[in-house]
Amino acid sequence: MATQDIALMAHLMRRAGFGATYDELQARAAKGYEATVEELLHPENMPDIQMDLLERCFIDWKEINNIETNQTYWTYRMVNTQRPLEEKIALFWHGILVVGNTKCEHGRQVKNQLDRFRHEGLGSFKNILMGLASDPAMLYYLDNQMSHKGAINENWGRELLELFAMGVGMDDKPNYSEDDVKVAARAFTGWTIGNSIPRYPYGRYLNNFYYNPNDHDNEQKTFLGETGNWNGEDIIEIACKQPSAARFVARHLYNFFVADEPQVPAWQKTPPRDMALIKQMEKAYFDNDYEVRSMLRVLFNSQSFKDARFARVKSPAEVVASTLKLVGGWDTPKPGLQLISNEIRYMGQDLLNPPTVEGWHTGSEWIDSGTLVERINFCADQLGDTSKPGVQAIIKRVAATRGLTPETLVSACLEALGHYELPKETRDHLTTHVRKGGALNPASADFNTRVSQVLQLIVSTQEYQFA
Amino acid sequence: MTSTKKDPVLVILQLSGGNDAMNTIVPYTNPLYTDNRPIVRIPTETVIPINDTIGFNPNMGPIKDLYDAGKVAIIQGVGYPNPSRSHFRSMDIWHTCEPDKQGTEGWLGRTVKAMDPKAENVLTCVNFGRGLPRALVSPGVPIASVGNLETYGVLTGMEEEERMEALDLFSRIYSPTIGRGAVVDYLSSTGMDALKGADILKEAPLKYSSSIEYGGDSVAQYMRSIVQVITANLGVRVLYTTAPYNSFDTHAGELVTHAKLWSNVSQTVSDFYADLVEHNATDNVILLVFTEFGRRVHDNGSGSDHGSGGIAFVVGDHVAGGLHGEYPSLADNKLLEGDLQFNNDFRGLYSTILEDWMGMDAKPLVGGSFEKLAFINK
Repeated sequence: MATQDIALMAHLMRRAGFGATYDELQARAAKGYEATVEELLHPENMPDIQMDLLERCFIDWKEINNIETNQTYWTYRMVNTQRPLEEKIALFWHGILVVGNTKCEHGRQVKNQLDRFRHEGLGSFKNILMGLASDPAMLYYLDNQMSHKGAINENWGRELLELFAMGVGMDDKPNYSEDDVKVAARAFTGWTIGNSIPRYPYGRYLNNFYYNPNDHDNEQKTFLGETGNWNGEDIIEIACKQPSAARFVARHLYNFFVADEPQVPAWQKTPPRDMALIKQMEKAYFDNDYEVRSMLRVLFNSQSFKDARFARVKSPAEVVASTLKLVGGWDTPKPGLQLISNEIRYMGQDLLNPPTVEGWHTGSEWIDSGTLVERINFCADQLGDTSKPGVQAIIKRVAATRGLTPETLVSACLEALGHYELPKETRDHLTTHVRKGGALNPASADFNTRVSQVLQLIVSTQEYQFA
Repeated sequence: MTSTKKDPVLVILQLSGGNDAMNTIVPYTNPLYTDNRPIVRIPTETVIPINDTIGFNPNMGPIKDLYDAGKVAIIQGVGYPNPSRSHFRSMDIWHTCEPDKQGTEGWLGRTVKAMDPKAENVLTCVNFGRGLPRALVSPGVPIASVGNLETYGVLTGMEEEERMEALDLFSRIYSPTIGRGAVVDYLSSTGMDALKGADILKEAPLKYSSSIEYGGDSVAQYMRSIVQVITANLGVRVLYTTAPYNSFDTHAGELVTHAKLWSNVSQTVSDFYADLVEHNATDNVILLVFTEFGRRVHDNGSGSDHGSGGIAFVVGDHVAGGLHGEYPSLADNKLLEGDLQFNNDFRGLYSTILEDWMGMDAKPLVGGSFEKLAFINK
């Protein structure tokens, strides 16, 4: 198998999933790039995680009622799923169509929303927004149950346009007016939650979506230039057919899967980094009934994507999940999983609880001196543990390098981690460090520690923060 | 670095989510307040009066005590023209002083750069919390961001001897080089700053002892860390922390949530001041408490929606306690799309702090000249 094919596969798996071990990369590269893309785009053809054994080990995974359980469960899924893009697209939508656990009547409502992103997140954008608009977690998060005929609460109407469907503006022009926000809120009056069984004495119950026609504003409304007695579905229908919706989805996909873009509020004035690819994805959006899968097919098969190696700063979830996947040992449920999934929060991404309805700021905004320290310490601690099966596998691969020298050892370590690339100065520092330790002999007592030290230093570099 | 005159220090507490100004400093005798807040209203008899028109929310007793001692300036009707009702945009505007375009550089980032243009002290500014608020961001300006003061450092999992060697390599790998792109450069300088900052900061909790018992919420704990760093005399000039998760975004169930929030914040501000007193450190410290906007005048039946025209507080020994700016009118014809009209620009508030407290030229830092308020007694 050609090295460049494996390096490209490592890139695809970092983006479409949470990385892969070297064995998996070899197997996937043997299948071919386009075949792997198709497999990733159809997670439903791969087996799902079997929950029955897991629920016996973690009894709270049956209900998943609190955020810690939710986060632990999700970390397990990211590390162990055979449907990597299913988890990745859930993470993608979770950062955009934001519901936060701090304002939720029932923790499982957020989990239910994530399940819908898993199952529908590659489908039609309109369907995704319809699910969102009738999701009790979202209705409650943005207070739509408090929005009434004649007394609107415009929170949901505004965020639907600003942050979920269109964005403030594109090509130097605004995408909607303040009146459109108010009309959207009016059209969604009556979309509310029901079944509020009292919390006491048995605990919280899930709410359900409920449409109350008596509380719906049945007047004529003009939304984005179209006049009619619009209801919520019509607002989503009209929003989805706007060029701004195609741009919005395409740009978000680009930012998440290809290369870091400026943050959303800047999109009105700042053009996309790669307008050609964005236009192709917009075309795929309109040609395929707003289907996200079709847009991603264009994206993953584009040369721009293949060339965009290490052009994105990893999100904390990616740092933790990909590192755990690499070092192994978390393929069966065991104690300690919750503590380790907390690391994602320490790095600035409290899953299921984004800081604001805007989601997380991405790119270099993930990094400050505090979160960089968390990243480095976590990764170095993981790679420094030579009892981990994945670390042992890497050491074994490195030990098998022909003509082992300090230079080839560093190269072998970089390859085994997923074909990372370091600038010459950094490689020279590492090589000098290895050379100072004396002759290299895989049979010697300190060989494992020496390799693991190099791995620790590699994952501490600036370059390892990129995917 | 010892001098008899200590440099002025600014502490900032950001209340994220848009604090409801009208239920914080309550216009309790104004019939328009009663009319506009049929449900989300502070009962008249519970308000702690300041005068016969306005008073403190009943959960703000500890701040009222400081107010009575002349330590609290209440900045009324603070805002900016053409208010944005988006949290992010409005907070961005407060952070960057750029109401007309998207800015990426924060006013405090610029301030730190002006104070220490060569970035000689990596600890001119310290943030407490996860992630850096945009107010502190400025290219090339080192800012330590501390999640937990007790365990802050790089490669802390390694054995001591191995770690010394690794840290040496780390500092060489992170030392600046050319031609590796803006983001790598940013990572490099961030890594170096983290390395230096961690070494200095680890001393702070060791030197500190206090009789003040702070609350268990994150704001209280971070305000305690802020006092630890101030009293360690590390040359830190700006210290920043944020109330979590848009917590002040009270669209629904406001009365219960808002009461809890202010009961915590008031106690924390009071503990913070008392702790500074205990360490004889009040002479060179002021605290600014702000939020991105006020809330709509009329309630929505359970909470209040995004509005404009908010309230800020400045606390300290060198503060001219009392009311500054005007309480915005609640009269229908004085409202802006149902919201309170601001009457003093937040950039004037910043300018007052920068010029009259920090002794700097505010104009380039806040992007223009704005009318100052007389709340600093130096």
